[in-house]
Amino acid sequence: MPVINVDDLTDLDKAKMEVTQLKTEVKLERAKVSKCCEEVMEYIQSLVEEDTLVKGIAEDKNPFKDLKGGCVIS
Amino acid sequence: MGEMEQMKKEADGLKTQIEAARKAVADTTMSAASAAVAPAPRVQLKTRRTLKGHLAKIYAMHWATDSRLMVSASQDGKLLIWDSHSGNKINAVPLKSSWVMTCSYAPSGNLVASGGLDNMCTVYNLKTPVVKTVKELDAHTGYLACCRFLSDSEILTASGDTTCALWDIESGKQKTVFLNHVGDCMCLSLSPDMNTFISGACDSLAKLWDVRDGTCKQTFQGHTSDVNAISFFHNGNTVITGSDDCTCKMFDLRADQEVISYQDAQLNAGVTSLALSVSGRLMFAGYDDFNCNIWDTLKGEKVGVLSGHDNRVSCTGVPPDGMCVCTGSWDSFLKIWN
Repeated sequence: MPVINVDDLTDLDKAKMEVTQLKTEVKLERAKVSKCCEEVMEYIQSLVEEDTLVKGIAEDKNPFKDLKGGCVIS
Repeated sequence: MGEMEQMKKEADGLKTQIEAARKAVADTTMSAASAAVAPAPRVQLKTRRTLKGHLAKIYAMHWATDSRLMVSASQDGKLLIWDSHSGNKINAVPLKSSWVMTCSYAPSGNLVASGGLDNMCTVYNLKTPVVKTVKELDAHTGYLACCRFLSDSEILTASGDTTCALWDIESGKQKTVFLNHVGDCMCLSLSPDMNTFISGACDSLAKLWDVRDGTCKQTFQGHTSDVNAISFFHNGNTVITGSDDCTCKMFDLRADQEVISYQDAQLNAGVTSLALSVSGRLMFAGYDDFNCNIWDTLKGEKVGVLSGHDNRVSCTGVPPDGMCVCTGSWDSFLKIWN
């Protein structure tokens, strides 16, 4: 892999790099946003029941439960 | 017409084509699509642990794959390895340079790495009787903003020199250099299948890269300032970014565009860090205003806040088992919440 010295790139080099990149990106096949959103929602729904931060966790099952035993005296 | 002007004209033409192609598939937004989904419940998490030990600002933290150990980096010049369940410190790694900006835990649990204003990524072995430096990865000409292990033999870095790089740890050499950003690279996130990664930079863009061939596959616009935080959704098709423009955004890779923005008129602090809950329904974003806001990723609404730090929240992380969220701050403490 050639060593690229970023500091040596001229403005013209950067402009050429941008055009080359845009030529790649213009060819992308894009899926409909509605379909993508639906898939994200399905993905989340399939996992949310096991998501502790959404559903909460019983104190006795919580690995981060309060370390101190005993009771509060006030 | 000069060559520069020609390039600019060509670039503008291509950008217009891309915008039109994106608009053509933009038949809805995430907020509209999720209208029928029940809102996420208001989230009230309690601080379960406050990890005290660092003597200066904490800049980064990263969970180990066992969801129990984690590494934190502070400008007190130390990496600390914590057992989050007990709250005990397991290891302290003194750093040659205290100007640390990032740290990472290898998936195996054998190694950790750190880097910062020394422009280097240093890899340490935690399993030798005394923690040893394995390699100093030195080739970037700018600060090391982020690093992530692919395995014990490869690591990805994001640098202020505007490049990202894939390194072979044993030889200490860069295997691949990822050059396309025109601003400091601030963050990176590896895809679940490790074939691609996404980077965020001060040019306000996020870019998707092929790990093996070094090519930039996609570019995501939308932010109006530095992209400081980035994370792949666990499904590998969606990405969330956080920026100095005070917003977070969700970009879908297949639609090649932003599908929802997480913002609030009253919020005018930059986003420093973000982490997703295991299902992806909740997103925890750390801000310059000392808070960590909890967002419903589908509805785009704030559903909670983690307040408790006395200074900027610089890093957040959810462990692989999703049992909690950790926040690290310039106040020198880490807090674990669930």
